[in-house]
Amino acid sequence: MADDKKKDTSAAVTETVQAEDRSPEAAAEAGGELDRASQTEHKPRLSDEERMQGLSPDQLKKMMYDMLLARRLEEKVAEAYALGRIGGFCHLYIGQEAVAIGAISAQTPDDYVMTAYREHVHALQCGITPGAIMAELYGRADGCSKGKGGSMHMFSAEHNYLGGHGIVGGQIPLALGVAWKIKYRKEDRVIQVYCGEAAVNQGAFHESLNMAALWKIPMILIVENNRFGMGTAWERASSLYDIYQKATAYAMPSAVADGMDVLDMYRVTKEAVERARSGGGPTLIEARTYRFVGHSMSDPVSGVYRTKEDVENEKANDPIRIFADLLARQNILSQEELEKMDEEVKRVSEEAADFAEKSPEPEVSELYTEIYAEENVNGRLYFDMRER
Amino acid sequence: MAVITYREALNQALAEEMERDPDVFLMGEEVGVYNGAYKVSKGLLEKFGDMRVVDTPITELGFAGLGVGAAMTGIRPVIEFMTWNFAILAFDQIFNSAAKMRSMSGGQFKMPITFRGPTGAALQLAAQHSQALESQVAHYPGVKVVVPGTPADAKGLLKAAIRDDDPVCVFEGEMLYNLKGEVPEDDDYIIPLGVADLKREGSDVSIITHGKMIHTALQAAAQMEKDGVSVEVLDLRSLRPLDTDAIMRTVAKTNRVVLVEEGWAFGGITATIAAMIQEEAFDMLDAPILRVTQADVPMPYAKAMEKAAKPSVELVIQKLNQVLYR
Repeated sequence: MADDKKKDTSAAVTETVQAEDRSPEAAAEAGGELDRASQTEHKPRLSDEERMQGLSPDQLKKMMYDMLLARRLEEKVAEAYALGRIGGFCHLYIGQEAVAIGAISAQTPDDYVMTAYREHVHALQCGITPGAIMAELYGRADGCSKGKGGSMHMFSAEHNYLGGHGIVGGQIPLALGVAWKIKYRKEDRVIQVYCGEAAVNQGAFHESLNMAALWKIPMILIVENNRFGMGTAWERASSLYDIYQKATAYAMPSAVADGMDVLDMYRVTKEAVERARSGGGPTLIEARTYRFVGHSMSDPVSGVYRTKEDVENEKANDPIRIFADLLARQNILSQEELEKMDEEVKRVSEEAADFAEKSPEPEVSELYTEIYAEENVNGRLYFDMRER
Repeated sequence: MAVITYREALNQALAEEMERDPDVFLMGEEVGVYNGAYKVSKGLLEKFGDMRVVDTPITELGFAGLGVGAAMTGIRPVIEFMTWNFAILAFDQIFNSAAKMRSMSGGQFKMPITFRGPTGAALQLAAQHSQALESQVAHYPGVKVVVPGTPADAKGLLKAAIRDDDPVCVFEGEMLYNLKGEVPEDDDYIIPLGVADLKREGSDVSIITHGKMIHTALQAAAQMEKDGVSVEVLDLRSLRPLDTDAIMRTVAKTNRVVLVEEGWAFGGITATIAAMIQEEAFDMLDAPILRVTQADVPMPYAKAMEKAAKPSVELVIQKLNQVLYR
């Protein structure tokens, strides 16, 4: 029974879904079964043709390229981190690539994107160059935030990429404000904002959903449900298993997307983007995904809160493999072409690391710049003895 | 010049700036239909419509964050907190988002947002509604903080705050809304942020203070005058940026300083200023710097206890006499 439900919701857009039996008791009972269900082989409900939604071979190949580049670039990041070239907290997206790439492909570069701290791929997909991302991770002057932001705070005004934000749930009200601005200025735009599943227990999530739905503003909130808030399994942290159902409390449309399937992410998000553009207001999308790596570089892949077998089983659903299989079946991209593409993105990732390596450290004299709009105001802004 | 109340001065500032710039809008609890909890926004909904004077649900974190996101992408929100006591719920958005957006983006995003609302104790509102929180907010580099003490300053500083490209927090005295004073009517009447004002000249001792406490200081100064003591009262008006030149000038002039603030002593504005004077002007001092603050307790409800906990004219006079060795 739980098995059926899982398959159902993971493939279907569900407009303000009717309540399933997700009482705490039922959720607790179903928890194990749901886990097992998601470990079975990936079986999309739709046919290949339906899944491809009329996307051209070039568009499909571009998505494949983006997914591969995201994966290889982050593998390079992990390597550089291990070598001590990158400091601080560093949260990788490996395993979740289909979510951001599918969703961001469903809107235009004029639309906005904002996310939390697991953000390298969102930044990349918005058009920030691999070199500027890598340089930011290295804390260098050519980084997309000039070395002042690091892994968790990448920004690009030019690409309408409104950042990586480090406080769980804190970015959701900010996105609400961007959606408000779009309405205020009567612009034809939307904003996609991402959070992890753990953020939906924050007040910021609920306050924002209420106002977004109340004012029908063009915000698409994508919850990346990778099933663990740091080391705490979702079913141990939430009284309700199905996150998309939380939207019903705000009379907001919601949907579940298969976060391991780039085309399902594209399809579900596109519908939400179109609704937002036509004045239909916000949508909550629950993207069911899985991270193949630890929460951050300091968290082992498995051991404490999940077993090695769990992770290995989930890797059967690798979003890159699933998509590559489809493209091969449809004679869009052969194994040989895929390998060539892989060589290409590995080269791009290498070059990004080289670029970062060669980029200069920011001048220490920049310490007191870019904090306020004006450097020379009336009165004093800083109160240590250092700046004088 | 017209004589109007502090409340009307703030209202004029809002109306003039909204008139001048279509990107300025006001948002908060009851700012529209109800005309504002303290009536600061009276008549604005009628004049500017409900996209520019926006009633929100009671959700401080949410609408403060909304303002920050809106400011980030180019419009100029004025966010009213019914009181700064409730803004504590929104501190994540002010400190973690507004204060840091420019810096952590490497200067790519400006933050033209104003947060405003009443601060400090009124009468018998007890612990959760009687707090002067400006020192906490001024703690964070990236924000600006102003504390107007008169109707003229209220208008000039709020207009400057709205035109500023950084997040500015305006702390209005909860007990000052009915205070009357002369206020310039000029549309471009602006008081630059970071410029202190000598509210009273004197030669024997200086009181450095801000906000509602300037009135306590002025009363103490008037009483001291009867005793033949000449007290200077420096109103900081702006806490960040801080007019350190004006502070040093008055220290150099009188060589004796009493610092007064409505908030708590620990980590307070007066603590920062005392440390700064000691670091930079120790040689000018003829006596130790003394401070008057709120008692280091949550504000009690009972009338006599509340009175004892607040900074008073008597306490200021006592400290003035102490630094004068009288």
